Amino acid sequence: MESAKRSALIRKIIMYVILTIMAFIMLVPFVWMILTAVKTNQEAISVNPFYIFPQNGWHWENFAEVWKNYNFLILYKNTLLMIFFRVLCACLTATMAGYAFGRLKFPGKKVMFALVLIQMMIPAQIFIIPQYLMVSSLGWLNTVAGLVFPGIVTAFGTYLLKTGYEGLSKDLEEAAAIDGCNVGQRFLHIMMPLTKSSMVSLGIFTALFAFKDLMWPMIVCTRAETTTLSAGLAKMQGQYSSDYPQMMAAAVLAVIPMIVIYIIFQKQFVEGIATSGGKL
Amino acid sequence: MKKPKEKMTARAKNEAIWAWAFITPTILGLIILNFYPVIDTIYQSFCKTGDFGRGNTFVGLANYVAVLSNGETWHSLWNTIKYALIEVPFGVIIAMVLAVFLNKKLKGTSVYRTIFFLPMVCAPAAVAMVWKWLYHQQFGLINNILHINVAWISDPKIAWISIGIIGVWSVIGYNMVLFISGLQEIPGDYYEAASIDGATGVKQFWHITVPLLSPTTFFIVQTRVIGALTLFDLMFMVMDKTNVALQNTQTIVYLFYTYAFTNGNKGYGATIVVFLVVFIMLVTLIMQRAEKKLVYHP
Repeated sequence: MESAKRSALIRKIIMYVILTIMAFIMLVPFVWMILTAVKTNQEAISVNPFYIFPQNGWHWENFAEVWKNYNFLILYKNTLLMIFFRVLCACLTATMAGYAFGRLKFPGKKVMFALVLIQMMIPAQIFIIPQYLMVSSLGWLNTVAGLVFPGIVTAFGTYLLKTGYEGLSKDLEEAAAIDGCNVGQRFLHIMMPLTKSSMVSLGIFTALFAFKDLMWPMIVCTRAETTTLSAGLAKMQGQYSSDYPQMMAAAVLAVIPMIVIYIIFQKQFVEGIATSGGKL
Repeated sequence: MKKPKEKMTARAKNEAIWAWAFITPTILGLIILNFYPVIDTIYQSFCKTGDFGRGNTFVGLANYVAVLSNGETWHSLWNTIKYALIEVPFGVIIAMVLAVFLNKKLKGTSVYRTIFFLPMVCAPAAVAMVWKWLYHQQFGLINNILHINVAWISDPKIAWISIGIIGVWSVIGYNMVLFISGLQEIPGDYYEAASIDGATGVKQFWHITVPLLSPTTFFIVQTRVIGALTLFDLMFMVMDKTNVALQNTQTIVYLFYTYAFTNGNKGYGATIVVFLVVFIMLVTLIMQRAEKKLVYHP
């Protein structure tokens, strides 16, 4: 029994060691990004001696400089607006369609739902050229509408919400039907509030996807003042790649809002990804 | 015997009208934003793009001949596959081990989970910039700490591995979260019974965890294979256009982006993307076949 206890303890220690090493590896890029961001460029490119920490003060003003030089306020605004409208559109259209597919009977249901499933299987790259041409002919290049365009509806979200609605019990809805509520009232007042967790999952998924996307904003918003954080970084890197503290400060500014939101709403993030299992 | 067609009652009719009103935005959107584009992309792959992206002329299979006979296409496909061969196995195995550890109810698991998931909420554009700086041959942290002099991203022989490492780092947390939720569905009695029979950690892992987790593993592998085969952002951000290793790292989607949007040759770009989609569908089909053999069905 003693030896069993001891081997359990050894196993525990081994697990902690592996977890800690991995956590360290995961954190190094973040730490190095911040440490570089507060150095002077001269310090960042000194290798002999090679300094880990800034030697002559932490230059937090690098952030203010980058913020001003690359107009981060506008990048934040564009990204935020894109995320807001994409989440709004996705949740609105998906909850309605999800309710119909999950709870209502109607002719054509199978065929229409097949369309949803087929869309989920097609790699999204095949949509891009025609979507770009549509945005271009609508005159929406370099606008928020152009950024939002491909995300107005979501097959994945419809599927997710349909599953959410299917899981609800029949009793409530039937009771409401007997009380004389029509389908719209039942949906709005009784069923929709019950799928809050699916909606949160979809919202987080949509926001993350939009936040991380690089190709679409690069294609439709080529001007620095109309683009998003991701595409803005790509532009900066192309133009000023030799000032490393500035580049790292820009990277910090681009990732920090989502990290803060993630740390606050951690449970929802993790559950949202686990239950939706969507492809990010 | 077929049932005679029933006439819809007023209530059923009312329900059908509501349902169609509810699904119309989504269905219309899918048709305009997704199904029409598929057809349009296929149509454009048979066309030569005129100047300024206008005036398509039908050229039959010319684009396909050009794409398939261009060594660049096959080279890029191979680069993409090589990336997937790093990202998918390493990303999945490391994540699985971490998930098993974190599922053991150790103290502090939530802190570890938070850290591992962190890269998932970062824009790949920023992630790539940081790694590029870590990899810097002269001033980078990695070379200076290890006292080596490796050209991580400009040596054509290893640049694809360096990108693969970024991919693994980025995706571990996401895979891990899916594994943890898969692990929580395995009933605890299995492990209790195994413990009574004297099976310990490693044995339990191979004989209980791996088979019972295999549906989750398969799902993750499938999504990650497709994700890896459509890699763009990390590779685009890490490799400058002047990088000598570009030829050996550019992915299919990068090639598509370059032809369709940088060079404005939509017809050729459309052909590349059709080629990619056909390839992905073949891979998916093969994986679906393999699923029956590899996944444990109790």
